[in-house]
Amino acid sequence: MYIIVVGGGRVGYYLTKALLEEGHEVLIIEKDKVICDNINEELGSICLRGDGCEATVLAEAGTERADMLVAVTGNDQDNLVSCQIAKHKFNVKLTISRIRNPKNEILFKKLGIDVTINSTNAILEAITELVPTHTLTHLHTVRDKGLNIVEIKIPDEAITTGKKIKELSIPYGCTLILVISKKHSPQIPSPETVIEGDAQIIAITPPEAEEALRTALLGS
Amino acid sequence: MKVIIMGCGRVGAQLATLLDDEGHSVTILDIDAYSFRRLPNTFRGTALLGNGIDQEALKKAGIEDTDAFIAVTRGDNRNIMACQIAKHIFNVPRVLCRIYDPVRQEMYESLGLETISPTTIIAAILKEKLLKEKK
Repeated sequence: MYIIVVGGGRVGYYLTKALLEEGHEVLIIEKDKVICDNINEELGSICLRGDGCEATVLAEAGTERADMLVAVTGNDQDNLVSCQIAKHKFNVKLTISRIRNPKNEILFKKLGIDVTINSTNAILEAITELVPTHTLTHLHTVRDKGLNIVEIKIPDEAITTGKKIKELSIPYGCTLILVISKKHSPQIPSPETVIEGDAQIIAITPPEAEEALRTALLGS
Repeated sequence: MKVIIMGCGRVGAQLATLLDDEGHSVTILDIDAYSFRRLPNTFRGTALLGNGIDQEALKKAGIEDTDAFIAVTRGDNRNIMACQIAKHIFNVPRVLCRIYDPVRQEMYESLGLETISPTTIIAAILKEKLLKEKK
């Protein structure tokens, strides 16, 4: 595929690198001379210096034969105009725009931009997914062994508080490594260790047993 | 008539003053409060600090019940985006957009935006003036 990337900042640079590795033909359009020179030096001559919102520059870039245009400058207005010109003047089938202000998503869709990517919302979703509901956090992946080291927070209201570890059905393949509670110093758990509210448990587990481990420790 | 002007440069400030003198209700937006120095002391309209491509700022400026929206910042893309927000999100009855780049101006005109390119207009005027006075 022939893909035009507008904006040679960090997003544009790493995106281009990844697309090149996948075997696509990629051209970056970037205004700044220094950024342009650096890209050409590092990735080969694939950066065209110019304004990605100017029809003459887009024509020079061969936009009429592009399969896709991806606008990833830091300005929503520049990304919008670049995509609209690609679409209406050069008939590019697929236009993708990065969006900074989440409020602009509806506008961009309304104006015919095919795909919008909103980094603010993506990060927000990741946070809400991780923080309030999920009590299991990945700390480390043991390479080649297919094991994760995870932290599980025991809320005060968990029905397992007050129980001993031997009373819980810890799934096969999981090992509890450390119990950090408020009252005691961190300890290596034994079958007799009592689960306390507000404790953190560090465990090693295969990825497929994570959910079962969480259920065993939280009782829900 | 209620009018919102985006951009308090020379053109924006002068337009705001003219409309205000004729008794229209004018709100002028700019991202730099220093730009408002261009408005005369007699200006009775509202000068509002805010970015015209931000929907919240436009709401504060009263875009939901304005009769007209005019974008005259020096950024073509900002004008284009603000005007499209005014037209397609807030359904403002009259939207005018200044676009310096004649190619962009032509394209957005064909997409249904009411646009003006000073580049084309000034070039034509200068040419006419030059050739006339030569005779």
